[in-house]
Amino acid sequence: MKVIILGAGQVGASVAEGLVSEENDITIVDSNGARLAQLQDRLDLRTVVGDAATPSVLRQAGAEDADMIIAVTQSDQSNLVACKLAHSVFNVPTRIARLRSPDFLDNASLLSEDNFAVDFALCPEQVITDYIRRLIEFPEALQVLNFARRRVSLVAVRAYEGGLLVGKPIKDMRSFLPPDMDGRIAAIFRRDQAVFPEGDTVIEAGDEVFLLAAAEHIRPVLRQLRRMATPVRRIMIAGGGNIGIRVAKTLEKRYEIKLIEGRKERAELLAGELDETLILLGDGTDEELLEQENIAEMDIFLALTNDDEDNIMSGSLAKRLGCKRVVALINRRAYAEMIEGGPIDIGISPAQVSIGTLLAHVRHGDVAEVHSLRRGAAEALEIVAHGDAKTSKVIGKRIDQIDWPHGVTVAALVRNFDQAVVIGQTDDWTAITRHGEVVIAHHDTVIQADDHVIVFCTRKKLVKKVEKLFQVGFHFL
Amino acid sequence: MTRFAPVYRALGMIVILFGLTMLAPLILSYWVDDGAQTAYDEAFLLTTLCGTFLWYRYRNCKRELNIRDGFLMVVLVWSVLPAFAAIPLMLQLGISHTDAYFEAMSGLTTTGSTVLSNIDTLPMSINLWRHQLVWTGGMGLIVLAIAVLPLLGIGGRQMFKAETPGPMKDAKMTPRIAETAKGLWLVYVGVSMVCMLGYRWAGMSWFDAVCHTFSTMGLGGFSTHDASFGYFNSPAIESVAIIFMLIAGMNFGTLFLAVNGRSLRPYLHDPEAGWFVGVTLVSIMIVAIYIWKDGVYPDLDTALRHTAFNLVSIATTTGYASVDYALWPIFAPLWMLFLSSFATSAGSTGGGIKMMRALLLYKQVYRELLRAMHPSAVYNVRMGGQVAPQSVLFAVLAFAFMYMVSIAALTLLMVFTGLDIISAFTAIVASVNNTGPGLGVVGPSTTYAILEDFQTWICIFAMLLGRLEIFTLLVVLTPAFWRK
Repeated sequence: MKVIILGAGQVGASVAEGLVSEENDITIVDSNGARLAQLQDRLDLRTVVGDAATPSVLRQAGAEDADMIIAVTQSDQSNLVACKLAHSVFNVPTRIARLRSPDFLDNASLLSEDNFAVDFALCPEQVITDYIRRLIEFPEALQVLNFARRRVSLVAVRAYEGGLLVGKPIKDMRSFLPPDMDGRIAAIFRRDQAVFPEGDTVIEAGDEVFLLAAAEHIRPVLRQLRRMATPVRRIMIAGGGNIGIRVAKTLEKRYEIKLIEGRKERAELLAGELDETLILLGDGTDEELLEQENIAEMDIFLALTNDDEDNIMSGSLAKRLGCKRVVALINRRAYAEMIEGGPIDIGISPAQVSIGTLLAHVRHGDVAEVHSLRRGAAEALEIVAHGDAKTSKVIGKRIDQIDWPHGVTVAALVRNFDQAVVIGQTDDWTAITRHGEVVIAHHDTVIQADDHVIVFCTRKKLVKKVEKLFQVGFHFL
Repeated sequence: MTRFAPVYRALGMIVILFGLTMLAPLILSYWVDDGAQTAYDEAFLLTTLCGTFLWYRYRNCKRELNIRDGFLMVVLVWSVLPAFAAIPLMLQLGISHTDAYFEAMSGLTTTGSTVLSNIDTLPMSINLWRHQLVWTGGMGLIVLAIAVLPLLGIGGRQMFKAETPGPMKDAKMTPRIAETAKGLWLVYVGVSMVCMLGYRWAGMSWFDAVCHTFSTMGLGGFSTHDASFGYFNSPAIESVAIIFMLIAGMNFGTLFLAVNGRSLRPYLHDPEAGWFVGVTLVSIMIVAIYIWKDGVYPDLDTALRHTAFNLVSIATTTGYASVDYALWPIFAPLWMLFLSSFATSAGSTGGGIKMMRALLLYKQVYRELLRAMHPSAVYNVRMGGQVAPQSVLFAVLAFAFMYMVSIAALTLLMVFTGLDIISAFTAIVASVNNTGPGLGVVGPSTTYAILEDFQTWICIFAMLLGRLEIFTLLVVLTPAFWRK
């Protein structure tokens, strides 16, 4: 597929990196020639220097026969113009734009073909904010991901002494759960090595476990692995940039938030925008400021500046001063791998987190959702099983009859999206319903047509094989 | 040794690939039964076995090739493959390994100087092999490897850069390097087919047409006859040769764009093409009138015909001759050799410093003059509408310096070994530019067989230096390269 990426910033570079390995022809456009040269030394792609929102540059980048354009420059306006041009001048079939400002998303017709012609709008800041919000809601998790229109959650946790299942084989899990609940361990990473989860695999303390269950069952299932942490009440944020302000805004109604910002004008702007949050003018790496603001009493510390080093230092400091849990944005993969599990509990790679949804769009086939795990080393994907028993290699078969590549686990199926399922009751006895039935995969589960299958690949290489397996063809005629 | 293991692994695969190209002369040899069969059997077996051994020994050493690996790889390929290419020549013709290596290197670097005489009586398959070397070497062995072998991902780009001639190599025609390499080879093969039909139409035998196509497109200059193009003495054949030498002297990337877009517009936008054609045409006029006035030929038409062919042949670094132009007044052949040092375009199969660098140097000199007059003027060096970055300009300056130093040093070395100055100088210029014939004892009517072994090795080094554009080779020869 011929893809043009506009903007070679963090997002653009990560998208390029994610796609280049999948045999696409990538052309990347940026006005900064040095950044492009650096990228080209690393990846096999073509670069064009110029302003992304001009027809001549787009033509030079090959927009005339491009299959997809991904506009991820810093400027919303450039991205919108580029998509419009791609649609009306070059007829590029798929157009994806990064839009920072929520204003553009409010009016649905704004992005329609008659106007800006954006097929899919991506807001990395929003994706990262949601990600952080889920981490705060599940204080024990390293990562929380949703699939199948939020019907299924995948949670990564570190197994600790004291969890019900720790030190016991996986097959005992059923006996700890109420009869109407089910969950599945999709993968275990022990000292960074994948351990294939089978019935008699024993979970050890310190393992990184990926646990999957219907969204409403995830809490009880989580308890299997570790004691529940006390819910978060007090949050301290360092850095009031684009992400910091969004996080504070989403969370300030429910939690007590203190936000540290170093620039005076920015701090004043924040104070004007945020109602409940306490804005502190100062440096996140300032020991005295942190102590003065009772860092030891904080349930979670979020280091959200756009400087890796600052985030790591302020996070480490917060931890040393007694904060229970520290989350930091870390762009560089090497830093994140080095630091996570040490002073920083969770390192979030903004680029990896935000491009998952975008990658799902780019993948051909029937991938509905993709999440990059372990900083891009592993991947969880939701694939729709199309076709029927004749044309598909998976439909109508039991899971253990299908020839899965080694290192791949089928975690769950979601089917019947038009059918409402009761998942609980509100306080006044009305039923809470969700659409779609979650079936946790066991070896004898049969895949039906149009099931959404959630598959865990412990290595990224396996993704292509899995996609091939789901391709509709005439292999069985 | 294991530090460069992935390089050896890839080298093994390329040697195997190269061995497979021996199948063409081998089959021809069996078909026409020219007596060279055993030479090819042995050479083919030896080459593929060596390649297989090397590959098998390091088969598990998979790693992305980095920048250093790329340089080493290119230099190894260009010094090892001529050795394998020399095997059939040694076995069949009984020449020394120095001469055989020279002949093979001369072919692969598209120089076209030869140590062989009585070429007309050589076995057909030997002649095919010599010409085929020119053709494969012309577009580049690494480019071929990248196009055919899927192994060289991003490391391929480094090597592509190290092998392709020209100062600015970051412009890619297609997003993926393998596609670029494939595109280049397809265009190359396509235009070669047209050239072959042209030669056949102009009156060559099929065999001559194929061989001369190979050496024309690679801008090599080997011929199947001692008298080179003088053997045919046909204006039609000479015209075909001139057209295709000019095409091969221009950037193949431009040709690729032109074929893809089905228009000649890319050539109009190619800053080098205009200068290349212009300089060549003007030179033809000047030299033709000059030798006509001097009385070498009785009428201007004959002078024009011979000047056009021989000048284009030398200026594009091909090295065919239709007459012994060494007998012309000395200005003419020296001017032709001078042209050969810069006329051809970057990304062509020609040698020399390339028109692109010459233009950049010229524009830089002009800028300095302008600066002297207007100290506060802001003046960029532009090339094809784009500002040439400072780093490129400095690289071009350093290259031009090294180019001259190499020629001076190697010429002095040749003189030191006892050669006369004209022969020494022209032999080195012709070798570094990958042109072929020089003047004096190595002129168009003689061969390089007259040189002593040591002098031959100097020429071999000069050819390699010229083909890899000096820096690629020198990088590997610096101690810093081998430091951990």
